[in-house]
Amino acid sequence: MNAISWGAAEPHLPILLIVIPLLGSLLTTFIRRGAIAWFVTLIISLTLPLISITLLLQVLETGEPIIYDIGGWEAPFGIVYRVDQLSAFVLLVISLIGAVIMPFAARSVACEIPEPAQSWYYTMYLLCIAGLLGIVITNDAFNAFVFLEISSLSTYVLIAMGRNRRALLAAYQYLIMGTIGATMYIIGIGLLYVSTGTLNFDDMATRLPAAVADPGLRNATLTALGFVFVGLALKLALFPMHVWLPNAYAYAPSLATAFLAGTATKAAIYLFIRVGFSVFGVALTFESLPIPTILLALSIAGMFLASISAVFETDAKRMLAYSSVAQVGYITLGIALANQASMTGSLVHIANHAIMKTALFLALGAVFYRIGSVVYSDISGIGRKMPLTMGAFVVAGLGLIGIPGTSGFISKWYLSLGAIDDGLYSVVFMIVGSSLISVVYMGRITEVIWFREPSAAASEAKEAPLSMLLPLWLLAGATVYLGFDTRATVDVSAKATETLLGGIR
Amino acid sequence: MDAFETLATHYNYYVTIFLMVSGLFIVIARGNLIKKLIGLSLFQTSVYLLYLTPGKILGGTAPIYDKQYTVYSNPLPHVLMLTAIVVGVATLALGLALVVRIKEAYGTIEEDEIFAKDPETE
Repeated sequence: MNAISWGAAEPHLPILLIVIPLLGSLLTTFIRRGAIAWFVTLIISLTLPLISITLLLQVLETGEPIIYDIGGWEAPFGIVYRVDQLSAFVLLVISLIGAVIMPFAARSVACEIPEPAQSWYYTMYLLCIAGLLGIVITNDAFNAFVFLEISSLSTYVLIAMGRNRRALLAAYQYLIMGTIGATMYIIGIGLLYVSTGTLNFDDMATRLPAAVADPGLRNATLTALGFVFVGLALKLALFPMHVWLPNAYAYAPSLATAFLAGTATKAAIYLFIRVGFSVFGVALTFESLPIPTILLALSIAGMFLASISAVFETDAKRMLAYSSVAQVGYITLGIALANQASMTGSLVHIANHAIMKTALFLALGAVFYRIGSVVYSDISGIGRKMPLTMGAFVVAGLGLIGIPGTSGFISKWYLSLGAIDDGLYSVVFMIVGSSLISVVYMGRITEVIWFREPSAAASEAKEAPLSMLLPLWLLAGATVYLGFDTRATVDVSAKATETLLGGIR
Repeated sequence: MDAFETLATHYNYYVTIFLMVSGLFIVIARGNLIKKLIGLSLFQTSVYLLYLTPGKILGGTAPIYDKQYTVYSNPLPHVLMLTAIVVGVATLALGLALVVRIKEAYGTIEEDEIFAKDPETE
């Protein structure tokens, strides 16, 4: 059944997914030449999606989660990796994005990062991938924190390497916010450890109902839920806690922005779903504290206010960053509604948004490579000089709006179905209303790049090189393809949702 | 009397909460980038206490197996906090490195002066 034969390594695939990029990052540290480091990184990031696909197929075939005991220590004593439909799906999204943007990286990094730091830049990139994949694959609450910090610390470096001095400040602000978020998460986990006596997610899930029923532990357990909720909300950039995101995305080097926009918030969302649904269970998360109401309100506020901020931006990267905050709002909206259709919509949107946003940021990265700026006044009329790049930009932009025939439509369709199932018709109107605002901001930038006279910088631009166009059109093509053939996204998401909601305790 | 007893038996937790809140307050209230990092460090340190306190079992010994003893302290929180300390040190080091670079780029480490030089960053 498996498309690829892994031989003796087959049972160890879950750990290899983490070990390969970790060792790779060590390897690239010792390489001086940026080009060689790039090649090593390319090989590694092409291996990762192959492993993820094998894991996903295996999980779909058997329907049972894959459990990997590290060092042979079984569940309550050792750290266990666990791959079920949801984690295999998110692993595939992260590793695919990481692989697709690597051809783009060669020229972009060579142009934006000074030579001695290039190989270290790839080191940080690999560490970040290892951390993000680790968050998704681990079944241990504290291990998840360690991976969260591995990915965060490398992310701060990735951002700080931007050429503008504001990148330093953006990285610093993200470091402060990110560390507060991670520390809140670990406070919550500490309280949970005290009340349940375990760190294993599965184990915790079986012991939590007793802890909540115990009057002596009930308050501590609910406080823990609050801490984890706020901590992860900071990490996934839920609306009022998103202030670190626009600057971080705007001033980071192009490669880092494209990668982080597609993956970083997604891993935090995954952890949020994992703790909220698998560990606490829908009943407990949603009935003991007013979390769904708060999440719903913040999601909708994010969808509108962040979109409106995007309309008035004049820096294309910042505009897309605000749009990211709005799109995270859609994902958390589906989580807040927590029914079959809305959760499916959320999970599908994790994949779809990762693809579309990465495509959009890659297009801007190509523009930056040619003219060194992405401010509206500099990129006006650039569509005439870089038609292929900007064509892909518009295709992905249409996906972001949610035009029928693109993948964005599919996720919004399921989100709306979920809202209707709950009888919340006003939410459907809000989804449509927020999409209309995205028409405005995407329309504005489309007008700037296609219909204005070329600016001084734009009139000297040339079409982006093939190594940049290839990943760009691959992702733009995927945006359209996933709008018609939804087997890869919707079917897997629906199954993962069934498992998540089926565990209602 | 009850309140006094709670205070006496749970004073570790009061210290933890005090450190937690004052750390977070420093991060929010101070404009100096290094002071912010110190606050952040304090905030993280409070978590070490939060984990270590319940790990101690009254009358328990070090967790080395011996027929003489039946009650042991829980070693797991200590191991977890060793990891957390490493993470905290790495975060602080990276934060300070960033502050050095910010000082080189802006000539100041006061937040309001930096925002005055780069008005759009806010």
